Amino acid sequence: MAKEIIEKQFNWMKYRAVYTVISLICITIGLGTLFTSGLKLGVDFSGGAVLEYSFVNDISTEEASQKIQEKDITVSSVQKVQDKTYLFKLQTIAREQEGDISNILKELSKGEVTLNRFDNVGPTIGPELLKKTLYAVVIAAITILLWIAYQFRSIKFGLSATVATIHDALILIGSFALLSKYFGAEADFLFVTAVLTTLSFSVHDTIVVFDRIREIRRKNGGDIKDIANKALSETMRRSIANSLTIIFMLLALIVLGGSSTQWFAVALLIGTISGTYSSPFIAVPLLVTWDEALKRLRK
Amino acid sequence: MKHVGRNIVLIIVITLVGLFIAVPRQIPIKLHVGPLNIDQTIERRNLDVKVGSFELKRNFDLLLGLDLVGGSRLVFDIDTTQVEGTNKAQAIESLRLVIERRVNLFGVSEPNIQTTEFEGKNKIIVELPGLTDTKEAVALVGKTAQLSFAKVQDEQTLLPTDLTGADLKNAQVGFDQVTGQPVVQLSFTSQGAEKFANLTAESVGKPLPIILDGQILSAPVVQEKIAGGSAQISGDFSLEEARAITIQLNAGALPLPISLIEERTVGASLGQEAVNKSIKAGAVGLLIVLIFMILLYRKLGVVAGIGLVIFGIITIALYKIIPVVLTLPGITGFLLSVGMAVDSNILIFERYREERAKGASAPYALEIAFGRAWDSIRDANIATLVTCFILANPLDWNFLNTSGPVRGFAITLALGIGVSLFTGVFVSRNLLRFLIKK
Repeated sequence: MAKEIIEKQFNWMKYRAVYTVISLICITIGLGTLFTSGLKLGVDFSGGAVLEYSFVNDISTEEASQKIQEKDITVSSVQKVQDKTYLFKLQTIAREQEGDISNILKELSKGEVTLNRFDNVGPTIGPELLKKTLYAVVIAAITILLWIAYQFRSIKFGLSATVATIHDALILIGSFALLSKYFGAEADFLFVTAVLTTLSFSVHDTIVVFDRIREIRRKNGGDIKDIANKALSETMRRSIANSLTIIFMLLALIVLGGSSTQWFAVALLIGTISGTYSSPFIAVPLLVTWDEALKRLRK
Repeated sequence: MKHVGRNIVLIIVITLVGLFIAVPRQIPIKLHVGPLNIDQTIERRNLDVKVGSFELKRNFDLLLGLDLVGGSRLVFDIDTTQVEGTNKAQAIESLRLVIERRVNLFGVSEPNIQTTEFEGKNKIIVELPGLTDTKEAVALVGKTAQLSFAKVQDEQTLLPTDLTGADLKNAQVGFDQVTGQPVVQLSFTSQGAEKFANLTAESVGKPLPIILDGQILSAPVVQEKIAGGSAQISGDFSLEEARAITIQLNAGALPLPISLIEERTVGASLGQEAVNKSIKAGAVGLLIVLIFMILLYRKLGVVAGIGLVIFGIITIALYKIIPVVLTLPGITGFLLSVGMAVDSNILIFERYREERAKGASAPYALEIAFGRAWDSIRDANIATLVTCFILANPLDWNFLNTSGPVRGFAITLALGIGVSLFTGVFVSRNLLRFLIKK
């Protein structure tokens, strides 16, 4: 079936408006959620304590959080992660208070407790991380823009690719706001890593398509729209096949992998799908539209 | 074309060397077939090469990060308001050394201690693999251990003297000859001995309070001038306390005050569980990718599959050779790079199909496909490598992060891309040349 599409030279560019509308709807829903409900931040950014305990017996989460609150420690959530294993999210605590909490839980579970994990982050870390992250994103975006502009000897290519990567970042952040609202996903430092990886993956895909456009233009020349259509037809199978292999890997990680990297894998998955979509349906149409507009101006 | 044979041999050699390094150190072999009875363990010997002053020692074990092996990571804020300029850099460096000494005395293997600076604020990060009960460690690292001797002016006032912990040569635990109580024995440097002699001469008949971190440890009454350069502190402390005091005294005082702002501890069992899950997820994912490639590209897919297996072997071997400290996000980076590694194959195979469809012969189509696809592969991967570089921050730029997990992810992803260029292009090209020629 795919073969016929290639031979018929499907007119991808005809539906430019449709792609834009689809993207705008997705981004609007995502960013709308982000601005109304916000993004739940992990301890990396917000500060606070996360403790995972294993007990001999199951405990009542309400009783546990009540008892801890009595010690003047704010409890934001208590969650059962596994049989007899619970995750406590608290405000940042003093080192000694961990002993108090252990004692409370020992009493409640009527037995020994094991502290599997203890993250305690002071409130000063978040702002610094946020700034460093922003620097990283800006540096990555500018470097990629310059690299493409240099490779294709055209700022047009560079900017189109950059717009596509920003599109992917927005989709990912918006989707995560939705996941955060309905499934309690938290944006931690790994989420930021996923955003940056998405940027690079998106560009990776875009470069492959742009490369083909450049090649066809050199060999055959012709109208930019026809060139784009041909290039998209020729790279579509590759693009989908490559994304599928990455998606398989990530799905395996989401279903079978450890809980601490599960949301990370989900974020990477969203980024991969969006990155695959944005190259043919955002970057290339933008390039074509720009080119056409320039020509009209010159006339 | 001429070099196909040579290249195939090269690939086989690299793969075998990689395999030798990549497999676990001990492989138990149990085989019972009729009269044949094999039950033994193959063990790889450690590499230990010495040429002149150059020494290379590797045992080729995978290095696992804190989140996998269990351990803790402590971040302290350094208060630098008291020092300025070049003194600041010096003070921070000596702070790092003192903390390192303390941690080593505590008996943690391979601790990692680094300092960072961001917008004028300094931090020190202490990573302690395998140590999950951090209460003691935090106390030990964070204690200022400022030892000083004071003179008593009157009932209320103590006069600090210039005899401090800096004048100490070493401290050790001993036992009082009369009471059998544990005591801390001090021996001073020659300068310290002189100061101590003067101090004791001035204070005969008076108490001489010994102060550690603002608390009076003991206040023995001086009987006579002590000139030998050694003294002992007896107080009401247990053997453990005496030992803790000597560790702190030997490690020296912290030149700058620090405070704990972040602590992360992972238990060993949690890490092991995560490793097992990741291995399972990786194996399943890899299998699906292999099946997918074979379904889509048939024979070519098999070649890509072989390339992917070689990719896995070389990558794991590189982790051990470099060595890369593997973290949970690092494993994610590796698995992601497996998904990306076949991309060069897919690009090439698609090109090959097109050329074949246009009527090119198989060997010709193959050469065209590899030639044309190379530009895209190179350009596209450089973009990813740029991002990896920023995430890994190998030059320790202060305006970027130096977070361990993120760095682990970026390094494994970058390595994966590098190796995939080798296996996806060089390995599969030569394998295909070899197969298609026949």
